[in-house]
Amino acid sequence: MKKLIGIAAAGAMLVALAGCANGAGEASGPKPLDELVVGFSQVGSESGWRTANTKDIQAAFEDAGIELKFSDAQQKQENQIKAIRSYIQQQVDVIAFSPVVETGWDAVLNEAKAAGIPVVLTDRAVDSKDDSLYESFLGSDFVVEGEKAGAWAVAEFADATEPVEIIQLEGTTGAAPAIDRAEGFAEAIAENPNLQVVASQTGDFTRAGGKQVTEALLKSNPGVDLIFAHNDDMGLGAIEAIEAAGLVPGVDVKILTIDAVKDGMQALADGKINYIVECSPLLGKQLVDIVKQINDGETPEKRIITEEGEFNQEQAIEALPDRQY
Amino acid sequence: MSALFARVVAHRLFWPVVMLLVLFLINLIAFPGFFTVTIRDGHLFGSLIDILRNGAPTLIIAIGMTLVIATRGIDLSVGAVCAISGAVACSIILGSSEPGSLSTVAVAVAVALLIALVLGVWNGFLVAVVGVQPIIATLILMTAGRGIAMLITEGQILTVNSPPFKFLGSGFWLGVPIAVLIAAVVFAVAALVTRRTALGMFIESVGINPEASRQAGVRARGLLVVVYTFSAFCAAIAGLILTANTAAADANNTGLFIELDAILAVVIGGTSLAGGRYSLVGTLVGALVIQTLVTTVYTVGIPPIATMVFKAAVVTAVCLLQSPTTAEALRGFRERLAVRAGKGIAAS
Repeated sequence: MKKLIGIAAAGAMLVALAGCANGAGEASGPKPLDELVVGFSQVGSESGWRTANTKDIQAAFEDAGIELKFSDAQQKQENQIKAIRSYIQQQVDVIAFSPVVETGWDAVLNEAKAAGIPVVLTDRAVDSKDDSLYESFLGSDFVVEGEKAGAWAVAEFADATEPVEIIQLEGTTGAAPAIDRAEGFAEAIAENPNLQVVASQTGDFTRAGGKQVTEALLKSNPGVDLIFAHNDDMGLGAIEAIEAAGLVPGVDVKILTIDAVKDGMQALADGKINYIVECSPLLGKQLVDIVKQINDGETPEKRIITEEGEFNQEQAIEALPDRQY
Repeated sequence: MSALFARVVAHRLFWPVVMLLVLFLINLIAFPGFFTVTIRDGHLFGSLIDILRNGAPTLIIAIGMTLVIATRGIDLSVGAVCAISGAVACSIILGSSEPGSLSTVAVAVAVALLIALVLGVWNGFLVAVVGVQPIIATLILMTAGRGIAMLITEGQILTVNSPPFKFLGSGFWLGVPIAVLIAAVVFAVAALVTRRTALGMFIESVGINPEASRQAGVRARGLLVVVYTFSAFCAAIAGLILTANTAAADANNTGLFIELDAILAVVIGGTSLAGGRYSLVGTLVGALVIQTLVTTVYTVGIPPIATMVFKAAVVTAVCLLQSPTTAEALRGFRERLAVRAGKGIAAS
């Protein structure tokens, strides 16, 4: 019975909310930037990458003079749903969030839609059949990252006459970045049949995992030429394992990673990693642009890919002093 | 001869050892150089050395866990304690003016171990004095501990550049990995202290019947606090090795799920979760089985998607083979075979 009342109350509130939005929202043209309010719900603060992501978004909105209401979901979907509901109640102009998980968003996104508040996804996608629930998805394309890494490998070993043995250190099994990066890499290296992935194991995106897997695989594949790690941390672990085996990382065994966090860039600058494809958390400026577009009544692109670079050893030395994360 | 064979088969370590040998054999087939141990850069180098070195943290934790389980308890907080000790040590080293000096590292290690002792006393206090069930009492620290570690590292991975600290995880002494030596010392101390004195018997008696042992004059309370403190101490040592191994404190991942590996090592080693009799040698074999299993996955090239299933199959096989019911059924089967062959039951 209690439950029923709860549902009824929620329903009533929804109707009321929708009414409000329809009354106030429709007529207004572009607001001045200092009157705009954006609600942002972050996943959590689980890594240096995520912290940099948060700081960049906060800084970008401050620079643009747009008010940002920020909340940290601490890895819990229910916290995020609560945050989004409270933004709907406060009638913010745009809601942005990085979904903790892919599914289970239809209800709350429909509420936002009914209230006339546009939603922007950052960094991670939602798995919903109805893509009218959000305005735009801003984030990295992991397949493209894998392709960029593969393209470097193809160019690096273009003159190779013998087969090039590659060990792949995968991310957490089943995680979107791990699946997509492996896919992009495999596609890109297919153009040169000399490039062969001789072993591929998961290092769970951690240094310890990368080290342990590399130790074992170096022994069963002593002729390995290149290690492709799905993130910097596993690459850093691989460096330790290669050194312990009496080899020189970056020379005897080349290392190619994705992410470009500070520790990874340091290793690249030191010559222990050969190439890093960036997966940038710095998407604040692009998010501000999307918010401005929506405010001006324009329709932003449905899928916007984060601006990302690639680094070789010289570029790393140059970029390192300004690296924020 | 067959009587001897029957005795060997009946030994509780028979099946775990067989499993270890089978895993070795699989590795040897997949990778002929598996048993090769060479000397490279002045230290031992080979797959077996890797297994010993990477298995050392699990073994150290499993030793503490064995004693806890023998008291009919369990310690789920060891993984979190690993993370805390690594985080404490790394943040002290990072905060000092001389990260590379031996004294800085000594202070960092000492403080990390001290904090672990406090955490262990806390666990022991909850279990022995307040009377909270061990699984709940240690669950508190398991969930809260990682949060504490995150607070210490401020959510970042702390990378330290300190050769003496790194030495703990990846150094060698007389060609043998330091981690293996530390594990050997912990094992020897635990074995000597509990088996050469009455302590081991007290632990077992508390595990079998706390009330009866109390009435017999065993001070169960103090004993429990000591056992949980030792477990946390072991966890901190393992955490320092794990952290030093990559020279980075990762509050999210250091020692993640290691409590489950440690419990598994204890169970594979034949110590019952119902408390009472325990076997440290069994735990050693169990820890080796688990680490060899991990290495097997890599050398055989089992795809990551199937890894969990493969591990589960091996663990299930070991547990089934070890269970008294299976042993009984097997014996009955053998006896029937013997009768059918007309030899009577001479074998038994």
